[in-house]
Order: sequence, then C-alpha cells, then structure tokens
Amino acid sequence: MNTVFTASFFSGIIGFFTKAFGDGMAVEYLGSLWQTVYITVLGTGISYLVGIPLGVILYGTSKGSIFPNKALNSVLGFIVNIFRSVPFIILLILTMPVAKLIVGTKMGNAAFIVYLSIAAIPFVARMVESSLHEVNLGIIEAAQSIGTGNLKLITKVLIPEAKPSLLTGAAIAFTTILGYTPMTYLIAGGGLGNLAIRYGIYRFDSTIMYISSIMLIIVVQVFQESFMLIARKTDRRLK
Amino acid sequence: MIEIKGLSKKFQSANGEITALRDIDLTINDGEIFGIIGLSGAGKSTLVRCMNLLERPTSGNVFVDGRDLTEMSKKELLATRRNIGMIFQGFNLLEQRNVIGNIMFPMEIAGIPKDRARSRVNELLEIVGLTSRAHSFPSQLSGGQKQRVAIARALATEPKYLLCDEATSALDPTTTEQILELLRKINREQGVTVIIITHEMRVIEQICDRVAVLDKSRIVELGSVSEVFANPQSEMGRELVLPKSSAVPTELSGSALRITFDGRSSFEPVISNMILECRCNINILYADTKDIGGRAVGQMLIQLPEDEKAVVRIKSFLDSRSILYREESV
Repeated sequence: MNTVFTASFFSGIIGFFTKAFGDGMAVEYLGSLWQTVYITVLGTGISYLVGIPLGVILYGTSKGSIFPNKALNSVLGFIVNIFRSVPFIILLILTMPVAKLIVGTKMGNAAFIVYLSIAAIPFVARMVESSLHEVNLGIIEAAQSIGTGNLKLITKVLIPEAKPSLLTGAAIAFTTILGYTPMTYLIAGGGLGNLAIRYGIYRFDSTIMYISSIMLIIVVQVFQESFMLIARKTDRRLK
Repeated sequence: MIEIKGLSKKFQSANGEITALRDIDLTINDGEIFGIIGLSGAGKSTLVRCMNLLERPTSGNVFVDGRDLTEMSKKELLATRRNIGMIFQGFNLLEQRNVIGNIMFPMEIAGIPKDRARSRVNELLEIVGLTSRAHSFPSQLSGGQKQRVAIARALATEPKYLLCDEATSALDPTTTEQILELLRKINREQGVTVIIITHEMRVIEQICDRVAVLDKSRIVELGSVSEVFANPQSEMGRELVLPKSSAVPTELSGSALRITFDGRSSFEPVISNMILECRCNINILYADTKDIGGRAVGQMLIQLPEDEKAVVRIKSFLDSRSILYREESV
C-alpha cells in the first residue's frame, strides 16, 4: 500500500516534469521569461524616459507650483486622462500606425513595446507628479531663497528628494506594465503570459499555464522587492 | 540696507481679496538685529518673504543695497538672493542629503568650485558647532541641530543679510536661547544683518536692537527694543509687552498705576522712596524686570489709594523722577 503510493507519487512527479519540461519546453520557458523581462523592462524604461519630464511639467504647471500655467496644465492633464481611460487593447489597435512608423511593423515584441509605452506614459506621468507633490513645500521655498532656478530645483531638489517615492512608484508601474504583457498574444509576440495563453487555454495544458504563471509571480516578486529594497536603503529619512 | 517703500500685498482667496500687508515703510540698517513681531495672521511672514521676493508685492518697492528687487530680471534676482540667507520655522533641510550636502547645496547652485566649497563647509560647521555631526542626515538630528545646519546653509554664500522666519518657534526655551545666541554671534563676528520674525516677545528682548510691531497688516510701532518695551505706544505693542491682565488678581477693583522703569532708575529704590515721600501705603499688584540690551527694564502695577490727594502726590513724585506711568483700571 505504502510502496504503491510512493511509487505513484514519484511517477506523478516525474510525469509532471516530463510534461512540463520535456520536448524542449525548458527552452520555451527560458525564452518566454527573457521576452517578458525585456518587454517589461524596456516598456517601463521608455515610459519613464517620457513620463518623468511629463510628470515634472504636470507638477510644475499646477496651481501654486514652481511655474504655474493653468492652460498648459489643463491641456496636458486632459490628454493624459484620455489616454488613461482608453482600454489597452483598444489603444493598441488605435496606435498601430505609430508602431509601424517607429519600428516598421505593427506586429511582434518591438511593436508591442511601443503600444505598452504609449499606454504607460500617462500612468507613469501621474505617478511622478504625485511623488513630486509629496516633497515638502518648505524645502522648495528654502531652495528658492538660496537663488535656485527652476531647472536646478527640479534636478537637484525635487527629484532627489522624491526619490524613495519615485522608486516605490516604479515598482508599481513595473508590475502594472508586466500585467499587460500577455497581450503580446494578439500580435504574435512572446513572453510567459503569452505562453500561458497558448498552452493553457488553447491546448488545455494547465501544467504549462501554472508553471508560466508561477514564473510570472517570481518575476514580479523579484523586481518589486528589489525596487522596494533600493527605495528603503536609499531613503535617508528612515535612519 | 534694506528699504521697503509703500509696500502692499494682496492675496486672492476663495472668499475674495485678502490684504496681507498695507503701506509698509521700513528701513533696516546694516549690522543691526531687527525684529518684527506680531500675532499670527498679522502679515509678518509675508513681509519677510517680500524682502527676498519669495512673495512679489502687489505694489511698492523693496530696495536691497539701493537696488530694487521688484525691477530685477529673474537671473539678477536669483543672484541677489545669494546675498540674503533665510532660515525657517520648519528648518526645511534637504532630507536626502547629509549635513555637509545641505551646506554644500547653495554653493553648488552658485557654482563655487568644490574644493573651496568644502573648506567653507568646515568653517561653517565650526561656527555653528556641528563639526561632529558632519555626516549625519537631518532625520538623525535634533531640532536645534537642524536649525544650526539651516543657519550654516543660509550663510554658505556669505550673505550680508539673514532672514529668520519664526526660526525658534519650534524649539524649546533652552534651545531657543542657544540659537539666538548663535545668531547674535554671527551678527557680531560676521557682520551679518539679522532680521527676525517672531510672535514671542522674549526673542525680541533677548537679541534685537530695533523692533517693528505688526498688527492687522500694518506697522503700528517702530523703535529701539528698550523704548518699545519700556513704553509701548500702540495697543498691540502694549498687548505684546505688558503682562496680560489675567496675571492680576481679579477680586481687586478700582484704579491702578502702571509704572515703567526704563533702566535709568533701576538703582534708585523708587518704591520705598515713594512710600516715604508720599506718606501712603502702596499695594503692588504685579512687578517684573527684564534685562534688555544690558538695561534693566521693568513694569510694576500698583493699586492706587482711595485718597485722591495721595494719588496726586504719587503722580507728582513719579513726574519729578521722570518715571513713566499710565493709569489703568483693574
């Protein structure tokens, strides 16, 4: 009885692994993992490249801020809100010509990074804006009293002082952006989410779906925790 | 010299226009410690912010060393601000930089070479007495230490003026005294003109040379601290200087005389002489003496006798000694 159970248990495990990793599946997993990571990292990176300046402008032009401009603030705010309210899948279809223009194709991972960035920039801009608003106004006033111009106020005061909050925001942005990556399925891209859809849903292979999902969870944890760790370690207010 | 001429400041608020400052004329001389006192909402923080144009006046002019700040280009204004240091109630240090980083900051902005800035940091740490905390971050410092860092930072670009906006209001009495002592030292040794905004009379008493009393957006009184303290002319001046009537027992009624000693008569036993000369009993309701700029200045509230002739004798005695007094009802 006992030996039968043990034997079936082990054969079950072995069966699981052959099913999960057999026939070159290990390569599939690793390839998909790599694609997920690079799509997400590039997407987040590009979103921040554009999102930080946009967030700074949104912050600076707001009422009572460092270069208030009601008209510019309202226009930018409106555009940002529109992009944020269009569902990603529709935004993806609508912005296909943009991807074609930038990367030469509407399909695949490169095009997907374009769609991802377009969707994430407004979100990142709002995150940056709200992090900057957390900086104590007194510190800004003190810097101004020293004779700090707006550019240096941004680079030497606002961003360094908001750094812990910006990093925490980046962790959230990364996870959110990662959450969009399975949509590569629609445009023949790759990644773990895509793998889960292809095998799990369309081939009824739940093992592969579970494994790729677990791998996604690990990716999220690793990135989330590293961002949080850096945020905590570099925050001088907590010592 | 800082000269403020015909300055007014209005704010737009949801409930309409608010006038924070009205027709302010003020001259602050080089080398003095000038105090501006008033209750909260009197406009004193706005006034000090007009001195480096953190607030732009609605009308009027602000001259620093003869140059009008309100006429300056943005670039000129930023350069001029390096000549006017400022410290705050909330310290406002850069929280992600350590003590050295905070003191370096204004010099980075001014484009002072790093090695020269570093040696200036050491000098400043010496002046404010924080050499041992050079590598600490603001969150690791006490309030008094934070204000010392803020003072060092404000002095980094060797300004001629130092604006202090309620700089001691968040500190305990002992620390307040130490910070004021430091400000006095900086005034004497570095020749920095210090402008202090406060709602506490003891701050003015302790270090100021001259004081302006601000009430409801206007300057209602201006003079040397000993003058204003000995004989406040305005209602707000009296309220700030004189002890509150709650200090006087309420069961007493009738008239009282508030006698002010301005330091000239401190060595004469005025009250005992008065008792002897006027041949009357005197009930002292309140007495207080303070050292203001090395002079013993005091207030005494005495109950007047019922006998009107005695009252006349008391008054003429005080007149003969040229001692200031004012009749008050208790």
